[in-house]
Amino acid sequence: MTKKDSGITFNLISHQKLEHYSSSEKLKYILNEVKEGRILVLEHGLTPTEQAQLIEHTMKEINHDTFIGIEIGGYENEKVGFFQRVFGVAKKPRMTVIGPAHLLRMVHKDHDMIETTIIPGKGVN
Amino acid sequence: MGLLERFRESRFSKMMFKIFGKNHAKIGIYGPPNVGKTTLANRILRDWTGDIMGSVSEVPHETRRAKWKNNIRIDNGGSSLTMDLVDTPGIATKIDFNEFMNMYGMNKDDSRVRAKEATEGVIEAIRWLDDIDGVVLVMDATQDPFTQVNVTIIGNLEARNLPILIAANKIDAENASPATLKSAFPQHPVIPISALTGYNTENLYSMMIKEFGKKRHKQRR
Ligand SMILES: Nc1nc2c(ncn2[C@@H]2O[C@H](COP(=O)(O)OP(=O)(O)OP(=O)(O)O)[C@@H](O)[C@H]2O)c(=O)[nH]1
Ligand SMILES: [Mg+2]
Repeated sequence: MTKKDSGITFNLISHQKLEHYSSSEKLKYILNEVKEGRILVLEHGLTPTEQAQLIEHTMKEINHDTFIGIEIGGYENEKVGFFQRVFGVAKKPRMTVIGPAHLLRMVHKDHDMIETTIIPGKGVN
Repeated sequence: MGLLERFRESRFSKMMFKIFGKNHAKIGIYGPPNVGKTTLANRILRDWTGDIMGSVSEVPHETRRAKWKNNIRIDNGGSSLTMDLVDTPGIATKIDFNEFMNMYGMNKDDSRVRAKEATEGVIEAIRWLDDIDGVVLVMDATQDPFTQVNVTIIGNLEARNLPILIAANKIDAENASPATLKSAFPQHPVIPISALTGYNTENLYSMMIKEFGKKRHKQRR
């Protein structure tokens, strides 16, 4: 948990950046960034399987004094038709924000808006 | 071994089982911490077997190991469902031991132990997802439904084409808003209940028989 004198880093990650990563590389990258105290906005979010794995990895990394977990919010995947599902076409995950839980708080989320706040006094000196 | 047991153990019966699908579903009770999963599990058991699943508490992460009971038969007069029921630890994306101290007055050591066990419980709950045939997703109808945990659970089941029933729990509470849950997840049945008072649980049982009794071919992850 690094405190930045300069404030809180917000990184907007294009889908191209993560596209060539495997699922586990992607999750490793995300968790490392978040543990460093950065907030990420992913242009393309994570598949349900990746989401579950991210929660699992997060639980393993929780250390009471330095890392209490993550806050994450994204839009639901677009609907995929029956045949596409049968043939294993993955749903397209959409924009997702992920940050360390000591910094980022989800205030409200609905079908078309995600509202978050930065917890005051935690990251900015 | 009696004739009947011998038949049950036979390859022939196992084959027939496969062909006709199983009328025996493994159902998981899932959701974020503190929404009333164990209260609901206890009610189901009390109503159908007289048994009890586990302890309930206002402190989140009370259930930190999955618990299950096998061969629970529920019926609604016409049809029935025999299931193995799993009560899972609440799934969360963060666990802060300070919360147990500051909000529930637990001491530091107990809080740390509880938090550590809670992280393991979350992992166990997620792993169980691979092994179940359907989910009762419990939500607290007094709270915002769009949590990542709910989205992730629903996404994983949808990807494998498995049935989900949403139990909008705690509707006995004054500020409960089951309508919000219904509009949030229009693609799945939402049944308002109170696990505490038993309100509308017959309706939930009927829906469970209907949704979980269907024969489906599940896709493994
Ligand atoms: N008002 C009201 N309270 C309820 C209801 N169901 C459960 N509760 C209360 O909610 C709290 C949590 O209940 P649990 O059954 O332990 O919740 P859980 O989902 O199993 O929680 P974890 O095991 O921590 O994940 C307890 O204080 C219950 O008494 C309900 O229908 N109405
Ligand atoms: Mg419980």
